[in-house]
Amino acid sequence: MDKKNVKMIPIYVMGKKFEVPEELTILKALEFSGFTITRGCGCRGGVCGACATVYRRKGDYRVIPGLACQTVVEPEMSLVQLPYISSRRSSYVVSEVDPDSMDIVKTYPELMRCMGCNTCTKSCPVNIQVMNYISATIQGDLKQVVELSIECVMCGMCAARCPAELSPYNIALFVRRLYGAHKLPKSPELEKRVSDIANGVYNAEIAELKITDTKKLQGIFNEMQAKKGASV
Amino acid sequence: MAYPAGMRASIEKVEQRRKDRLNKYEFPRLSPEDKAALLKDYHPDFRDGDKVNLQFGVNKGERVPKVLGEVIESQSRLNLTSVDLSRPDHKTDVLVIGGGGGGVAAALTAHENGAKVILATKLRLGDSNTIMAEGGIAAASLPEDSPAAHYIDTMVGGRFKNIPDVVEALVNEAPSILEWLTSLGACFDRTKDGSYFNHMPAGHAFKRSHSIKDLTGLELMRVLGDEIRNKDIQVLEFSPAVELILDADGQCAGAILEDLDTGRNIVVEAGAVIMATGGMGRLHPNGFPTSNHYGATADGIVMASRARAKLLYMEYIQYHPTGVAWPEQMLGLLLSEALRAEGAHVVNCDGEPFVNRLETRDALSATILRECGPRRKGVETPTGTMGAWLDTPMIDLMGGKGTFMRRFAGIHHRFVKFGIDPTQEPLLVYPTQHYQNGGVAINIYGQSNVPFLYMAGEVAGGVHGHNRLGANSLVDIFVFGRRAGRHAAEHFRKTAATGLTLEHVKAHNEEIAALGISSQRKSPMLLPDYRFEKALTSTQYVSEIVEAE
Ligand SMILES: Cc1cc2nc3c(=O)[nH]c(=O)nc-3n(C[C@H](O)[C@H](O)[C@H](O)COP(=O)(O)OP(=O)(O)OC[C@H]3O[C@@H](n4cnc5c(N)ncnc54)[C@H](O)[C@@H]3O)c2cc1C
Ligand code: SF4
Ligand code: SF4
Ligand code: FES
Repeated sequence: MDKKNVKMIPIYVMGKKFEVPEELTILKALEFSGFTITRGCGCRGGVCGACATVYRRKGDYRVIPGLACQTVVEPEMSLVQLPYISSRRSSYVVSEVDPDSMDIVKTYPELMRCMGCNTCTKSCPVNIQVMNYISATIQGDLKQVVELSIECVMCGMCAARCPAELSPYNIALFVRRLYGAHKLPKSPELEKRVSDIANGVYNAEIAELKITDTKKLQGIFNEMQAKKGASV
Repeated sequence: MAYPAGMRASIEKVEQRRKDRLNKYEFPRLSPEDKAALLKDYHPDFRDGDKVNLQFGVNKGERVPKVLGEVIESQSRLNLTSVDLSRPDHKTDVLVIGGGGGGVAAALTAHENGAKVILATKLRLGDSNTIMAEGGIAAASLPEDSPAAHYIDTMVGGRFKNIPDVVEALVNEAPSILEWLTSLGACFDRTKDGSYFNHMPAGHAFKRSHSIKDLTGLELMRVLGDEIRNKDIQVLEFSPAVELILDADGQCAGAILEDLDTGRNIVVEAGAVIMATGGMGRLHPNGFPTSNHYGATADGIVMASRARAKLLYMEYIQYHPTGVAWPEQMLGLLLSEALRAEGAHVVNCDGEPFVNRLETRDALSATILRECGPRRKGVETPTGTMGAWLDTPMIDLMGGKGTFMRRFAGIHHRFVKFGIDPTQEPLLVYPTQHYQNGGVAINIYGQSNVPFLYMAGEVAGGVHGHNRLGANSLVDIFVFGRRAGRHAAEHFRKTAATGLTLEHVKAHNEEIAALGISSQRKSPMLLPDYRFEKALTSTQYVSEIVEAE
């Protein structure tokens, strides 16, 4: 980066003022300011949820949730990184839970405490409709829960702020697993392939390939590539 | 934040030329000879300067990236005088080091086979490269495909350097891995009739990559991490391993961990150790950006080689051709191969195509570097970095409106935040360090040459030869995570180990001193240092290849 062109802006980290280049993310701005981050950082790409942060813009009363690795700094913002707050999860055997019975509510009885306040949705840094997936869970609409929660990064912000003390993300993960294990159709094609392999159907062919010289392998590869056409 | 004026001008050229590329236009494929020449001239793996030979130990003479050589040949970060091996903090049958996909698969499987398991990891359970995988997981699941075809593609992709027995295990077990993950509740994408949705990443001859939106790794990691909790397997988070413990016969007998919060060392004695520490992107070979997570610092390679494990193909690094080059906040992050599979062409600053979108990763990376460097057809950003265009609007034009959103909601979501709509505007890309092709050599059970020391996942070498195909890593980590877990549970040391020692570490430190390597650096690195100016990024490689011409 050509430092001549960089505009510096002030930010406040836990009350201390730092000057940082204006286009950095909060995460890089913290590092630029000299912080060594061990707990609040994982993927650096917006999927692991380790870097949950809350900030306030100058003069604004609202506290805004964000992922530090995905949010660009703004002049005069004040911010703090959040620890990962422990929250309850139930243990279960996925194959033994009946997704169509009361098992779901029995596994997470606190579901019934949800008061529909929408705080969870407002605190989600990746804009998931958290309250809606909790309602869908209560109504037994598992498919809807999968659709609504699939982008959850497990940052824990919803659980940290829920006044009824639910941990929505653990509940969603539980429901998605039930859906995946019980509701998605079996694939006869895949089952056949697995049993064919177990029965050694491909053994001879692969044994042959293992001793085939590289030129010939390349030749077969080229043929396969030529056949596959443009449809991808 | 949207594209600045300079880049907009180039986008207009891309738009003007886009219509020439509709109607099934494809840039011609490289001949094997052209490809070889291209790689030799422009691919960082083939250019000399950045490789060194290791100077001592079992891997003496092994060519490795310079940055890796430096961390291997540093003093150990472990303070040897502070460790008391006679009173271990934990004793276990199997110790798994690393909480990514390979580690959790190994831990679950070792547990399933009756072993007492401890899993120690550097960050939070699941903070890993696995969680970042977008594209999918390979398995020959369709009737027209077969494990034999998967074998051929994997060998060709690996430049025939893969270990054949290991590849055989990979392709044969891939379909059952898909069943295993589904039985645990992973919601794989399905077609209308309910069968698995498949797509075809570059280098594969059939549709055989299975995805979960563009969040495949995230969903798999969440499910497997949750299952670790269900099974009540002991997890030590923020407790990276720093050195391996050997016994009197040079067999592996455990590891020393470092508590990241307190700095205290933790001694774990184990009947077998499964190393699943992933890759090395955060060492930034050749100064490249990386797609890897924060903890990808090659610790496993460093520890294992000190414990006398043999390395294989360590010099081969995979640069993913389509790392994000703009906006700066996303530099280095990966754009899934599936974007190209679904129709996005790769074009230069004038909107001209210069490579077929389905070339292998190494060839694509080399052409993009050539375009940005000697051909001077790269797109320059205001921060002085470079890139080529990935023409994402092609995807809806070819597949029908809505295709992009259906397949790549996550990518859309991330760019829109920065004022860029990938269904309307192309994305700027530049190669990014993505994968460590080599690693510690393994056999079909994931065993290294050191007894009781296993490898699973990206830390292992041999599965992918010199170059890994897309979607083949996720399947690798689960196949060999499970294989190592099963084998370790059956064969871990049943009698008490005698003569636990860190002599090999002491000897290593002495060699370093004797060679006069005086750097202050200690390793393993654990976390990269991005403080102050180091928080900023550059693309220095382009100017290096231009200078070399
Ligand atoms: C952005 C991205 C996209 C990808 N997309 C795909 C894809 O679509 N398909 C595909 O097949 N592959 C893909 N890959 C590659 C694939 O995801 C990885 O190669 C694979 O997941 C590696 O798994 P692993 O378990 O070996 O390592 P990781 O998942 O990286 O896990 C390693 C773990 O070890 C921990 N660790 C590191 N050092 C230590 C230490 N000293 N002590 C204790 N713990 C330690 C880390 O914190 C981490 O938890 C992608 C990779 C990236 C980065
Ligand atoms: S749903 Fe909860 S845990 Fe998931 S991303 Fe949103 S706030 Fe974080
Ligand atoms: S914050 Fe808690 S109580 Fe409020 S809607 Fe969400 S889950 Fe229900
Ligand atoms: S570091 Fe993973 S989401 Fe920010």
